[in-house]
Amino acid sequence: MEVLSLLADGFATSLSPFNLFIVIIGVTAGLFIGAMPGLGSVNGVAIVLPLTFIVPPSSAIILLAAIYYGAMYGGAVSSILLGIPGASTAVATTFDGRPMAQKGQAGLALIAAAVASFVGGTISVVLFTLFAAPLADIALSFGPAEEFALVLLAFTTFVGLGGDDSLKTIIMICLGLALSTVGLDLISGQPRLIFGDMPGFYSGISFLVLAIGTYGLGEILYTIETSKTAPKVTNARITFAELGAGLKRMNSLWKTMSLGSFLGFFVGMLPAAGATPAALMSYGIAKQTSKTSDTFGKGNIEGVAAPETANNAASTGSLLPMLTLGIPGSPTTALLLGGMVMWGLVPGPMLFIEQPDFVWGLISSLYTANFAAVAVNIALIPVFVWALRMPFTVLCALVVVLCIVGGFAPSQKMHDVWLIFAFGVGGYLLRKADYPLAPLVLALVLGPLMEKSFRQTLIAEQGNILAFVERPLSATFIGLAILFFVMPFVVAFITGAKERLHVPSKRPKIN
Amino acid sequence: MLLDKVIAGALVLLSAYMMSHAILLPIGWNGETGGPGGGAFPFWCSLIILICAVFVIFRPARSYEADQFTFDREMMGPLIQVIVAIAVTIALIPTAGAYVAIPLFLFWYLKIYGKHSWTLALSITMLTPIAVFFFFEATLKILLPKGITEPFFFPLYAMFF
Repeated sequence: MEVLSLLADGFATSLSPFNLFIVIIGVTAGLFIGAMPGLGSVNGVAIVLPLTFIVPPSSAIILLAAIYYGAMYGGAVSSILLGIPGASTAVATTFDGRPMAQKGQAGLALIAAAVASFVGGTISVVLFTLFAAPLADIALSFGPAEEFALVLLAFTTFVGLGGDDSLKTIIMICLGLALSTVGLDLISGQPRLIFGDMPGFYSGISFLVLAIGTYGLGEILYTIETSKTAPKVTNARITFAELGAGLKRMNSLWKTMSLGSFLGFFVGMLPAAGATPAALMSYGIAKQTSKTSDTFGKGNIEGVAAPETANNAASTGSLLPMLTLGIPGSPTTALLLGGMVMWGLVPGPMLFIEQPDFVWGLISSLYTANFAAVAVNIALIPVFVWALRMPFTVLCALVVVLCIVGGFAPSQKMHDVWLIFAFGVGGYLLRKADYPLAPLVLALVLGPLMEKSFRQTLIAEQGNILAFVERPLSATFIGLAILFFVMPFVVAFITGAKERLHVPSKRPKIN
Repeated sequence: MLLDKVIAGALVLLSAYMMSHAILLPIGWNGETGGPGGGAFPFWCSLIILICAVFVIFRPARSYEADQFTFDREMMGPLIQVIVAIAVTIALIPTAGAYVAIPLFLFWYLKIYGKHSWTLALSITMLTPIAVFFFFEATLKILLPKGITEPFFFPLYAMFF
């Protein structure tokens, strides 16, 4: 087994005392960020990214992956203790987690969430390890035509599966792509869209500026508007007896948890889908197949386990296309990808050949992060109860300062800080009007790749636009892309004709 | 519903503005190199935004959307205050310096806006800039703008660099 020896080499990197320390710091920070209502993994990664300059790149990505991981665990904490999902990915956890807390079983619910997250995380990391190298091998044969087709496919899944208004999704994708062209044209070297010849625009708009603006400042503005009254924190105490009882209860839920893990992993791999729909789907399936389905929504422990396994598995799943193909599956992985580019690493299949230490170090760190997260999570439950009582204004003030200083640090230009401000206010307004932000960030990160691969293909093929459909793989991707793209319009046409006067039901939203 | 249309209108203007910049470069097919010119990508993307935004403005109102696009009127005042405070803070950074602007913001936010106790407000106001200094300047060697307060930092520079 070649994979095992590679993984063993990876553990040599990730088990170094320094990286172990980084993982523990990362999951702890992630747990707190995830537990704060309103702040999820994407906000945490966006706010912390500028601070990662302090460690070398291979540790920085481990740190961010650990935060991502920790935030997935943490999301459940406020779902259970406050009844408000800590992140959109933990929405389904409130359905049964909150009733359990109200029945006085908050401790049991938290243990269930932590154990379920651990199982989901572990199964999906094993799947990740098995799939990563073969997928990277396939991706090695990709030329610019396949790259373009794959990026196109990633965008159209947002239109087809995103669940948001199709027109608004298309607007956000195109806005991200247009913003990604600001600066010098890669091929001709001419400056483009440098609004009013402002020198700050010559270097383009950094994904970090957009991410800190929309997910940092914008999120704070959104939370200020929506959180008028402080929510009530349910107390939770954990004793060893309760821990033992919880583990015993969880032991009987293997079917739900393994189903949730596989489902989460594969749904998470799809761009546009990801952790939130995976968790909701897993909850739905668990409810349908459970023997005690009538108690779902009233505090059934299975209803906590199902979504929590799926959202953790999905977060690992969405790392797979990012690392092997260089195409992120979610806004958080888009930020990780942007970070890697910033540190001089090129994500994609070549990374497996050129930087095997880095890749396998990262993969093995997911195993250690998983162990660290479950231990820290259960150990720190009393601290979470205390931290959730922290007035929201204190958190907001500190996040705003971090956005300003963290936005200034990478480029050291005030221009970027003003852009963050503009994106913060603009992102808040767009979100209010139901425009999805995830495709915007993804388009800004993938825009340069998309444009470059499109133009490279056409230059290589002397302007023959059919080049994209003449190669079998790229033709398949384009075919799927067209299918995803027309899907919502066909569905809208059919349902529109059927129930022109009825109120259409809104599908779950993904942020 | 109004907010929806206003924002779509703003997107129309933004895309028109971006198109006016994109046409400074060739937007059509470039015969020599094969493939589109440098302005093509931003131009056509902006055009798609424009078309979709026009559709958003003129499509019939759907009933489920109507109740979603409302602001919480009670929170509008506080929200605008915070936005203005952030803008003032950013504007103050190059002139008065980050170590004046940031504590001012924190104090305003915690004491006046958040109505917290003096102990909490003052301790966060004092400790945050110190943490920022040690993290960004002493460790990462990233100097924040200090404006007129620059001379006060000379002794600290001497100590850490």
